[in-house]
Amino acid sequence: MLTYTLRRLLTAVPTLIFISFVIFLLLELAPGDPLADQPLTIPAEVRERMRTAMGLDEAAHVRYWKWLVQFVWVEPQVILDRWLGTSMAEGELRILSWQFRAPVFDIIWQRIPQTLTVVGIAYVVGVMIALPIGIVSAYRQYSWFDQIGTFVSMVGFSVPTFFTGVLLIVIFSVNLGWFPSIYDTTLRVTDWPSFVRQVSQMVMPVAVLALYNAAQISRFMRSSMLDNLNQDYVRTARAKGMGETTVVLVHVLRNSLIPVVTVIALGVPTIFAGAIITEQVFKVNGLGQLLITAIQANDLPMVQTLTFVFAVLIVTFNLIADILYGILDPRIRYD
Amino acid sequence: MTELAPAPAVEAALRPPRSQWRDVWDQFRSHRGALFGLLVFGSIVMFSVVGPYLWTVDPKFIAIRSRDLGMSWAHPFGTDQLGRDIFARMMAGGRVSLAVGLTAMALSILLGTLIGVTAGFFRRLDGLLMRLTDLFLALPLLPLLLVMVMLFRESLARQFGPETGIFLLIVVAIGVTSWMQTARIVRGEVLALKEREFVLAARSIGTPPRRMILRHILPNVLSPIMVSATLGIATAIITESALSFLGLGFPPDFPTWGRLLFDGVDYLQQFPERVIWPGVYISLTVLSVNFIGDGLRDALDPRIRGR
Repeated sequence: MLTYTLRRLLTAVPTLIFISFVIFLLLELAPGDPLADQPLTIPAEVRERMRTAMGLDEAAHVRYWKWLVQFVWVEPQVILDRWLGTSMAEGELRILSWQFRAPVFDIIWQRIPQTLTVVGIAYVVGVMIALPIGIVSAYRQYSWFDQIGTFVSMVGFSVPTFFTGVLLIVIFSVNLGWFPSIYDTTLRVTDWPSFVRQVSQMVMPVAVLALYNAAQISRFMRSSMLDNLNQDYVRTARAKGMGETTVVLVHVLRNSLIPVVTVIALGVPTIFAGAIITEQVFKVNGLGQLLITAIQANDLPMVQTLTFVFAVLIVTFNLIADILYGILDPRIRYD
Repeated sequence: MTELAPAPAVEAALRPPRSQWRDVWDQFRSHRGALFGLLVFGSIVMFSVVGPYLWTVDPKFIAIRSRDLGMSWAHPFGTDQLGRDIFARMMAGGRVSLAVGLTAMALSILLGTLIGVTAGFFRRLDGLLMRLTDLFLALPLLPLLLVMVMLFRESLARQFGPETGIFLLIVVAIGVTSWMQTARIVRGEVLALKEREFVLAARSIGTPPRRMILRHILPNVLSPIMVSATLGIATAIITESALSFLGLGFPPDFPTWGRLLFDGVDYLQQFPERVIWPGVYISLTVLSVNFIGDGLRDALDPRIRGR
């Protein structure tokens, strides 16, 4: 197991470097000048100095190397400095955003809490709904509960989140006036009324994302339960005279959860990407909204760094899912 | 006098065998959701393809005096802020959305099948191609799609004209980022097929690889390809409308369902129906296509068929 983990970690590094190179190339090959939106009255030599200040006068491979060094060497040092109070990264050049004129990672750290509260809670809620639904649907296969569950989950992942979000706004904000349609990120939770306000503005985005996630996970839970319910060990457990609750909720559930846990781990990075749309619908200024504005403002360092952060998340959670599978299921032997 | 009526068993044996597709259709028919999906999808396709011939209002005709009208016989879905007929715009948008979905699906299936068959059939290329597939699966797709559309939009629009350019860009972008699942499924099927006796027999009489793939391998991996093609239409339509919804799809005067929804959001408070119509059409299309895919999967699986 340890050698497998080490091997996977070692292969993850070239994968990530390759991905970062692909992203860089894509941005590099794209036509368009980052200074195109500056006024035409700027003299040529000033324009040239601006390009130098942005680091655009260097060759592509030099810029790529600088970005890579800043990402994997300087930025971790900055994080360590903040935690330990040291000053390792002092004087080092960090990745700078062109539109904010500030280090990219400082802005990312500002945006992460908003994304995590909305997206993270939505994912937890989605899993919480999905697991019981999956268990009951499998245990009572083809019952009316199962039929309705199948239909609702089909609707859940067929209806795009931008439509469910807008639909909820029409019903609950415009017609009923229960919840605000715009997420207010300046709200600080200090007392009971502000907590209520925070909850009421989170209800709709969380509901949209939770429905979408629950639809997929409940299907996995159901089919995994169905695979296990007809196994021999279930019959043995019943024959030993165990109660039905013990059989289903201890024996079958524990075995069925193994593939579902990996699916849940694999889904974590995709929810960050999926949240781009939901954040846009409810005007949450999280990571997704940051990416969209960076793309529209032609802020290449921000786009490059954020896209790569998403790629790191995907690779990391793929790794976690594979290792979890090996730990949870003793039948799987990687070595 | 000695003529005997043929025994029923003999008669059954003498009847021409039922074709495979007949069996598939019979199984498909027994899936109620799939049949309903086919009906809904068919009527949406008819609405978008045949509709403009019957409802001959120009979707781009601006009548500023009759703007923001409600539902009436003259304008079944009302008119928008420039007085354009929303019913006609829904038809025009449907054409584009369906065309994007079908073309992008075709591209991704082509790529996926090509890579899957090559990886499964030629052992030497297997490792390399599967590494490539894993790499693509590790890419953050939606952010990359947004970046691609944003960066290449103008130069392609200049080269092929604003509409064809964006259409090509979106179709290629969606196709290039969605072939991986198909490639994996096809590769698995091909690997299993390669061990079967009929492939061995074909190899022993000296069938060249090209004919081997076209005659023996491809017809046998057709069913998983068909299922992922159906589901691919749904994903492509959702991706296109998501791009349009984020403002990075087709230009504003060129309606697609996602674009219409995006435009409707600005008038959410006064005219919520402008958001509802495109949303319902997207959702119904995707839902019906998913149901068709579900039914097709059951119908094409010989282990389920006939039970």
